[in-house]
Amino acid sequence: MSEELVTITVDGREIQAPKGAMLIEVTDKANIKVPRFCYHQKLSVAANCRMCLVEVEKAPKALPACATPVMEGMVVHTQSAAAKAAQHSVMEFLLINHPLDCPICDQGGECELQDVAMGYGNDVSQYVEGKRVVLDKNIGPLITTELTRCIHCTRCVRFGEEIAGIRELGMTSRGENARIATCVEQTVASEMSGNVIDLCPVGALTAKPSRFAARAWEMMQHASVAPHDCVGSNLFVHTLRGEVIRVVPRDNEAINEAWISDRDRFSYEGIYSEDRLTSPMIKQKDEWKVVDWDEALKFAADGIKSVLTQLEQAEIQDDTQSESEDSGEVVNKTNPADKIAALVSPNSTLEELYLAQKLLRSLGSGNIDHRLRQSDFSDQDAAPTMPWLGQNIEDLEKLNAALLIGSNVRKQQPIIAHRLRKATLNNAAHISFVNPRVYDFHFPVASNIAVAQQQLSAELALIAAAAFKASANDVPDHLKKALSGLKPKVEHKAMVSQLKEGENTTVLLGDLANMHPDFSVLRVLAEAIATQTNSVFGYLTEAANTAGAWLAGAVPHRGPAAATEDVVQGSVFAEQNPDAVLLLNVEPDADMVNSQAMIETLQQASRVIAITAFDSAALRDTASVMLPAATFAETSGSYVNAEGFWQSFKGVCQPSGEARPGWKILRVLGNLLDQQGFDYVSSDEVRDELRSQCENIELDNTLNNAATIKINGAAAELMRCGDVPMYSGDALLRRASSLQQTQDAQVICVRLNAAEASRLGVAESDSVLVKQGNSSAQLSLVIDDSIPTGSAWIPMAVKGNELLGDAFGEIMVEKV
Amino acid sequence: MNTTDTQLSKQSCAEIDALLAKFPAEGRKSALLGALNVVQHENKGFLTEDLMDAVARHLDLAKIEVYEVASFYSMYELKPVARHNVAVCTNISCMLMGSQSIVNHVENKLGIKLGESTADGRIYLKIEEECLAACAGGPMMQVDHVYHENLTPEKVDEILDGLE
Ligand code: SF4
Ligand code: FES
Ligand code: FES
Repeated sequence: MSEELVTITVDGREIQAPKGAMLIEVTDKANIKVPRFCYHQKLSVAANCRMCLVEVEKAPKALPACATPVMEGMVVHTQSAAAKAAQHSVMEFLLINHPLDCPICDQGGECELQDVAMGYGNDVSQYVEGKRVVLDKNIGPLITTELTRCIHCTRCVRFGEEIAGIRELGMTSRGENARIATCVEQTVASEMSGNVIDLCPVGALTAKPSRFAARAWEMMQHASVAPHDCVGSNLFVHTLRGEVIRVVPRDNEAINEAWISDRDRFSYEGIYSEDRLTSPMIKQKDEWKVVDWDEALKFAADGIKSVLTQLEQAEIQDDTQSESEDSGEVVNKTNPADKIAALVSPNSTLEELYLAQKLLRSLGSGNIDHRLRQSDFSDQDAAPTMPWLGQNIEDLEKLNAALLIGSNVRKQQPIIAHRLRKATLNNAAHISFVNPRVYDFHFPVASNIAVAQQQLSAELALIAAAAFKASANDVPDHLKKALSGLKPKVEHKAMVSQLKEGENTTVLLGDLANMHPDFSVLRVLAEAIATQTNSVFGYLTEAANTAGAWLAGAVPHRGPAAATEDVVQGSVFAEQNPDAVLLLNVEPDADMVNSQAMIETLQQASRVIAITAFDSAALRDTASVMLPAATFAETSGSYVNAEGFWQSFKGVCQPSGEARPGWKILRVLGNLLDQQGFDYVSSDEVRDELRSQCENIELDNTLNNAATIKINGAAAELMRCGDVPMYSGDALLRRASSLQQTQDAQVICVRLNAAEASRLGVAESDSVLVKQGNSSAQLSLVIDDSIPTGSAWIPMAVKGNELLGDAFGEIMVEKV
Repeated sequence: MNTTDTQLSKQSCAEIDALLAKFPAEGRKSALLGALNVVQHENKGFLTEDLMDAVARHLDLAKIEVYEVASFYSMYELKPVARHNVAVCTNISCMLMGSQSIVNHVENKLGIKLGESTADGRIYLKIEEECLAACAGGPMMQVDHVYHENLTPEKVDEILDGLE
């Protein structure tokens, strides 16, 4: 980029500006006000509203600042009589067909048209004829249209084409009949669609869920951080009298630019869902009753204490028995505290996670985990301190090639997908996928490999073999056996050469890889591919604070900051049968890879303490006490995003009912259990304590001492596979009612491709019997050719999934 | 692709591909106007949503892009119309030469208004938006692809009666 500067004069001020920049960019930077509607710094220039007209000397007519490149010696007047006359005329013209219905318009008070009309319009219009009316379209549950108000700036159309990557909205007809339309009456389906609400300068596109809820000037604006994906988009949360009314993006060029996903925008609705837990409850004689906090906390603490003493007594007895027997054998002594476990949601704040592990470890148990949907832990000791993206989010748009494994990045991390999309647009980047099904992307994909989940590692091994061939390096011992004799195909070789030849390249493991039963194998192979092709190796972690959970020590084998010395170690949940369990923001029926097994384990525990924002049937069934917790908007806390960036935020409103911030609940529990070091007065103190331990951490995704891998051969003929649908990932999302009405919200069903269905003798919309081990369910069948042969696709985390077993286990599908 | 999607005829595809060959490979949208002409002509003078979708697929465009273009230009009919397209020019020159009386005459004769088709499916009276660039011969009208100039009511009768 040439940084040749030119000097121009605007309103008598000399300004230096890069040659070729548009005048409006220069005036914006110099803080000189030029009115505009169609111009937006993140969109292409359309120059169709003409509101930005300014006088440029030597030009015969006023010129649009948004489409006029600056040139040396240009003299511009934004306030001269000629400029003003032009602006006035355009303003009057734009208002001709505008209904001027501000009192009943949701945009009133924050409307660009209102503001500009105040500054540049006349009080009276010369236009007295009838105005046009445009019928509104129903474009889905998130956006209300009021198209008579549209001023045809086409920002929404350009957003679809340039940012969202799907051309859904368009402008049809012309002249007075021109209107914004979808092709047929169709729902706008982009996962970023809500951004058009912010872009629309008038009240033509407004947020449906918060419609008519409040006026802009009645709301308070608070900075916050998105609580769902590993991006940590920056938000402004708007509240009215202490309630969250809506969420909008907070610009941060390094993270989310000017956008947020629909998930981050509309999930707040879950905060006020009907099943919000608003007071502490305990279960006595199978009856749930509301109690006050003191009683509930005492009940919870006593529960843990009694489990501990029972166990200790049992052990003393054991000891005396074994001594009296005097067998001379070493008795395998179990630590009584091993009977205590904690499962924590990776969407919890850093402070909550840190305190939960601190509490558990000070009680003597290391049985804490945030990896709820992971099932292969075999290489956990080789895992990095914190699995992270390996690079900055911003750098993703500079990529020349990327390989994503087990990732539907478009739906899971829309903001990351947007950066990748930019890489394809700007650098013609080759982005490839190896997935357990075909996903659609909104950018050109170099290779979109889809194989059944049981073949995923074998497929990746082919790419790894190609990578070693291309690099001519020796295959290290731990891979030798797995890679020998493999014959990579053209497609695999092409991927490797794209990664090898590109200047900026990356290999990323997505959340499906992380949940995969062969995760350790996938990880070793992915890392090898990255090293052999000089690519950055990274992870697209699952939740808002997965990275933070590793730092906070919410894993059984490592303490905070990945410490292993003097740290109480524990085992993974599947290997335990705990007597007391602490659940932090976890819903047993939806948040686990095998919800059924989880529910059974919980049913056997004598005490289950659930710190939860929501009351649910599954918790009533399994827990003994429910402590109402605050949601992300109601607590202070911090998240660490995938690039390792710590972001702290404040609570923006009081928690619903008697709910309390999770960190405070854990603090009090610590005190009630007589543990030292639970005297924090603010969440900042908790964070700083962890932060000081993390000071010397250098992020590095290199695997240490990777074990020898074995590619698993043929498993059962049909294996279950599934992902977590975009709007089901956590308790808040599952209750966000408007998101749940979109096309991306999913209900449970089983998907097979046509060949598999005919092999099994089942047909579209049949109700089929699905069996996993001892469990079974009747689900409806959808024929979907994006599912590979050998796979039965059933989404995780949706209602009904708890009836079945392991999300990646063997499965049978039969005709009823 | 859904098998129930409307397909373009072989003939149309060939004609559209010939158009495409005239533009650079990345400029497939450039062939859109021509493609719509071809398809409309084959479909007896009007486009349907299914046909526009088929054009979108053939040219690799979003459906809405095709719809935008088809609704912008008045030469495309988006509703079923009768088989003969009769367009009386009402732009300035023709208006000065008395096009209004020609329009009135045609409307009375056919018993329909501008923008309507006769019940027997014979004649569609199009609302012409543009000057048809035959100002010297105004008032004029276009019948299907043929221009008729210096119109008088008698001449109009003769032309219209001659349409099957
Ligand atoms: S709907 Fe809004 S954003 Fe879209 S063209 Fe109209 S005014 Fe612009
Ligand atoms: S902002 Fe320049 S023409 Fe619209
Ligand atoms: S005005 Fe009728 S042809 Fe020009």
